[in-house]
Amino acid sequence: MLKQVEGSRAVAEAVAMCRPQVICAYPITPQTHIVEALSAMVKDETLNAEFLNVESEFAAMSVAIGASAAGARAYTATASQGLLYMSEAVWNAAGLGLPIVMTVANRAIGAPINIWNDHSDAMSQRDAGWLQLYAETNQEALDLHVQAFRIAEELSVPVMVCMDGFLLTHASERVDVPAQTQVDAFLPRYEPRQVLDPAEPVSIGAMVGPEAFTEVRYLAYQRMRQALDVIGATAAGFAGQFGRPSGGLVRPYRTGDAEIVVAALGSVLGTVKDTVDELRADGHKIGVLGINTYRPFPADAVREALGGARHVVVLERALAPGSGGIVTADIRAALDPQARRISTVIAGLGGRAVTRKSLRGLLAQAGELPPLTFLDLDTGLVDRELARMRAARRSGPSPENMLRDLGITASRIG
Amino acid sequence: MPYQRIKFYQTGSLAVGNRLLAEDQRSVQSTAGRSNALTCGHRACQGCGEALGARYALDAVHRATQGQMIAVNATGCLEVFSTPFPETSWQIAWLHSLFGNAPAVASGVAAALKAMGRTDIRVVGQGGDGGTVDIGMACLSGMFERNDDVLYICYDNQAYMNTGVQRSGATPPAARTATTQAVGREPGNRFGQGKNVPLIAMAHEIGYVATATVADLRDLEYKATRAMDFHGARYLHILVPCPLGWGSAPADTIKVARLATESGLFPVFEAETGAVTSSTPIRHRVPVTDYLRIQARYAHLFRPRERTEVIARIQAAADRNIARFGLMPADISAERTGLPAPVPVTSPAGLGLEGR
Repeated sequence: MLKQVEGSRAVAEAVAMCRPQVICAYPITPQTHIVEALSAMVKDETLNAEFLNVESEFAAMSVAIGASAAGARAYTATASQGLLYMSEAVWNAAGLGLPIVMTVANRAIGAPINIWNDHSDAMSQRDAGWLQLYAETNQEALDLHVQAFRIAEELSVPVMVCMDGFLLTHASERVDVPAQTQVDAFLPRYEPRQVLDPAEPVSIGAMVGPEAFTEVRYLAYQRMRQALDVIGATAAGFAGQFGRPSGGLVRPYRTGDAEIVVAALGSVLGTVKDTVDELRADGHKIGVLGINTYRPFPADAVREALGGARHVVVLERALAPGSGGIVTADIRAALDPQARRISTVIAGLGGRAVTRKSLRGLLAQAGELPPLTFLDLDTGLVDRELARMRAARRSGPSPENMLRDLGITASRIG
Repeated sequence: MPYQRIKFYQTGSLAVGNRLLAEDQRSVQSTAGRSNALTCGHRACQGCGEALGARYALDAVHRATQGQMIAVNATGCLEVFSTPFPETSWQIAWLHSLFGNAPAVASGVAAALKAMGRTDIRVVGQGGDGGTVDIGMACLSGMFERNDDVLYICYDNQAYMNTGVQRSGATPPAARTATTQAVGREPGNRFGQGKNVPLIAMAHEIGYVATATVADLRDLEYKATRAMDFHGARYLHILVPCPLGWGSAPADTIKVARLATESGLFPVFEAETGAVTSSTPIRHRVPVTDYLRIQARYAHLFRPRERTEVIARIQAAADRNIARFGLMPADISAERTGLPAPVPVTSPAGLGLEGR
């Protein structure tokens, strides 16, 4: 059924149709409307589940761990600082092999405190052992949740569905909401691989020393390899049953004869595709590679999709200080670095809009790109703060100095 | 206490004296059908109070629930010594997640059981004092506040024993630990305000809160059993001496625990909905020095000179407990002790101690 709804609402409806049995959430640091909508559904008994309002994200993931280990389908959502606050439990859920599904409404990490969208939060957990699926649109965000439970439970691995905070979560778009019967037909009943059951007691979460730790981790590696197949098959099955493509490993766009390919994750892909259409009209041989699955990293699919492109521009929504682009490192490892040029563009940090105009200016001159670029960097602002720091030892807090310099007191996104 | 028809000390010893009791009054441990929830072969130290306390508490819960139970364990000694895989001493369904989240994981298990219509299965969360009073405090308080159907048991050995005896929020004043060493002008742990988790639990007005020690194992069994009569959040705080960390002889574990209660340093009581409903009277009151002297963690209080002012502060704390929790009812205090009867103090408002 077609609906014009907020992204968070669409996801809440999708999650509800997946019949989670335990939902837990902490409201701030920050949360989305997703769990608010789910709490109302549980309260008015349209959704038969337990909803726990917990005291922190650390507790939220811990409740999900307990619920999943007891054999229930468990769901939570978080973002930003909240994801980092639950980090220890995030890793633990993966280590225990519990198929929890969590929405991450991607936002920046402070300091400086910033509530807006980028990918710093999810990128910080990329090695936690969770699958990470990135949604390009609200339709895909909805669809990925239905797929996520099936993938998670088939593999006994937790899945993070990443959707851009505000840009998707708070945006109203047309979405096709499936019928409950469709979801029921797609998502089988949860049969745990391991469960806390007094009738067949097992010890879960025991200490493992050097004698087997490597082998346990190797299994996690193997499960991730296996996940590449399962994600692809699940997306194919979903397309067959629901009549639309969603998810999968990668999504190439006009890459056929492309000499330059822009690789990116998430909702920015829409802007990138529009820009590429403009550049194509001007005769540029340029294409786009959407990376839908970031963990496990689909190295083979990326290499194949890039075809004969000689230059890959990786548009990054996060920064690894001291290293550079995070996704770039994965792409570089997947390719022969001698054969292709790889440039990193750090863009849209802390909610700064990635505009067609800026992208077009950058990509039209892609041949001149240095290894690392910050899109729309206000170099004057940076230089003036560097000068203040040189002038006085106690130059004060830089973020505050820079805001004062700009003379603005309210957030400006564009 | 409801189970006790016979005063065991009348037999002339402190043995539990099961043969004097009717079948239905005998302890859980005396029954052939006991569950051995934590069975033999684990790697606890000789004389470990925690292993003893955990076995008695969980076997009692196991009996009370006809075996329909799941345990969630915080990281710590109990978790490590019981499960270096592939060996496990747990005969029950058991989950270990992290150090600071056992109460929340237990809440998740309880929520799952409720969602799956299996409320016949009961949930126990458990951890040491570090996992409870320090790193697990937020999750514990959240579990209490929501009144989730979980019995949480804290095995209190008053420091981080698993990692080499570092100070915790439950470490008593003057005690030597690896991070409060017996050096300097004021050796040992500083005198702080303490963190009395049973009282904090009572402030949440949860259904049942109790303290116990391994010196009175029938009382421990009774309280673990009694806790299962309630639904919602419950808290059981068990003092479990640690020979390694306390510097006491492994053979003295029961004795040290008994001296902790008989000196008044560890009050044994139970409370319902925020109000104390009973406290265990001290039978033979002893000065705190009897308790302190047999533990190397307090050796610096006696050598090279006796630190009388420090000992006096510890004695004053014991006296306050005795008055506050009514551990020396007037009729026995004069008769049994040479010590002056403690002056009753007024309970702080809101703690509900008035109703004892």
